[in-house]
Amino acid sequence: MAAIEILGLEKSYLTGFWRKSTKQALRPLHLTIEKGEVFGFLGPNGAGKTTTLKLLMGLVFPTAGSARILDMNLHDPRVKAHIGFLPEQPYFYDYLTAQELLEYYGQLSGVPAKERSTRVEQMLARVGLQNAARTQLRKFSKGMLQRVGLAQAILHEPELVFLDEPMSGLDPMGRREVRDLIQQLRQEGKTVFFSTHILSDAEALCDRVAVIHQGELRGVGKVAELTSQVQGKVEISFYGRSAPAALLSLGAQARVSGDMVNAILPEEQQETALDVLRREHIRLISLTPLRSSLEEYYIQKLQPVESKGAGA
Amino acid sequence: MKSRIASVAFNTFREAVRDRVLYNLIAFALLLSGAAILVGQISIDIERLVVVNLGLTAVSLFGVVIAIFIGIGLVSKEIEKRTLYTVLSRPVRRWEFVVGKFFGLTGTLVVNTFFMAIGVFLALLYVAHKFEAMDAWVLVALYFIVLQFLIVCALALFFSSFSTPLMSAVFTFALFMIGSLSEDLRGFASITRGIGGWLATAVAYLVPNFSALNVINRVAHGDAVPGRLILYNSIYALLYSAMAISGAVLIFQRRNLK
Repeated sequence: MAAIEILGLEKSYLTGFWRKSTKQALRPLHLTIEKGEVFGFLGPNGAGKTTTLKLLMGLVFPTAGSARILDMNLHDPRVKAHIGFLPEQPYFYDYLTAQELLEYYGQLSGVPAKERSTRVEQMLARVGLQNAARTQLRKFSKGMLQRVGLAQAILHEPELVFLDEPMSGLDPMGRREVRDLIQQLRQEGKTVFFSTHILSDAEALCDRVAVIHQGELRGVGKVAELTSQVQGKVEISFYGRSAPAALLSLGAQARVSGDMVNAILPEEQQETALDVLRREHIRLISLTPLRSSLEEYYIQKLQPVESKGAGA
Repeated sequence: MKSRIASVAFNTFREAVRDRVLYNLIAFALLLSGAAILVGQISIDIERLVVVNLGLTAVSLFGVVIAIFIGIGLVSKEIEKRTLYTVLSRPVRRWEFVVGKFFGLTGTLVVNTFFMAIGVFLALLYVAHKFEAMDAWVLVALYFIVLQFLIVCALALFFSSFSTPLMSAVFTFALFMIGSLSEDLRGFASITRGIGGWLATAVAYLVPNFSALNVINRVAHGDAVPGRLILYNSIYALLYSAMAISGAVLIFQRRNLK
């Protein structure tokens, strides 16, 4: 069952002093995200990721198109009770403590008064802020604010969580914690829709990804499939300071680093290459088929539409 | 719905308190106690008149300044700082947010006025050594001042729903000034003929009638305030504020939060 169905959602803004020129922030977008999926929305800065999220949150109104969230119309007020949202670079009421902020959001989300303080404590512990519960947010670091942001997004136990650049500005430890949290949400059966331009995060976390560029959807695919496509080449690593001439004559591209050589050559030359290494008494380290990476897919999808190959 | 409006209102009140808005009470207390001591020493028989006039005028001005300067930022600051995103992504309707903000600010002003009123009565007690029956009318003047605040807050909120904070402050303050002279404007309209007369009449009835809400001079002289005026002013202030808030909601409801 679909958690999100985006049906031709489109957004353009009138610009200029007389508001006569139009800037298209999002071209008609059609996208379906299944329940329980962790979905990555990839694209460079200014691609239309945040616009899409704002449209889905009802913060901006679409020029055309519509969307259904959890089988309800986008503008149905009931939707909001079932979703959580972390905006990009969140800013919260800095005169409140973390505990007060979550209590406030709990009230607004309709968390019953009896459960509220327990839930707030649990959430603060979950994001590792239990010791800073009574500290005003103006004294928080960027990483701590991001954690509060995550806590407020999942405080009311939503079925669907939208995260806009959740790892941005975090140190490696913070990124790891956010990754773990998203993994936990997946295990709990929640649907997670997150935008990012950090591909390694998307590769590690997402079931599927979509690439958006200049307000246009460029491709959607399963991460497992995108990264398992064999390119028809293998990489052979072995000890040595140079590649044997016999190997180079097979069309291998060799790169020496320290006392190790990495050579990439066509898959059909694999057996001949191994024979060469045996003959020369060279110690083999590894032989790996080369697979496409998410980065290659992403870069390919960012190419201008005219020169881009067909297919998702 | 009620609990969400109350939550937004309480948070607005809490913000004002933590931003030290109520510190203005210290300035007010200093002004009033200084004035009471001075008046007690130099004037004969007009102490009450001076204290009531000065005290109520200060209550009104302090409150109007707070209403304008907080009111203009109620919505625009939330948009600019993007704190609104995490509020509106919850089951909070935009109109609930605007109404909650309005109640939060008016609540702040009511609390502020309450403490200032205590100050005014203490100053009265200091100069007159006792309370008189006519002092009860000071309470009516304070009630009218609170009604003024309702209108000023609603106007500030209305302008801030589509304009920059600076322009909102200018518009609201201008309307407050013109509204304070609305009796004169109505007088001018009645003696003007032609298009000018029509225009003056339209403006006179469009701007908030703060003149009718100002009974400071009357109560300072110990004169009574008619019950009918209290009723009319209450209805007028509530309707005018409701209209301005409705306007703010209508605009905000359609606004893209870029």
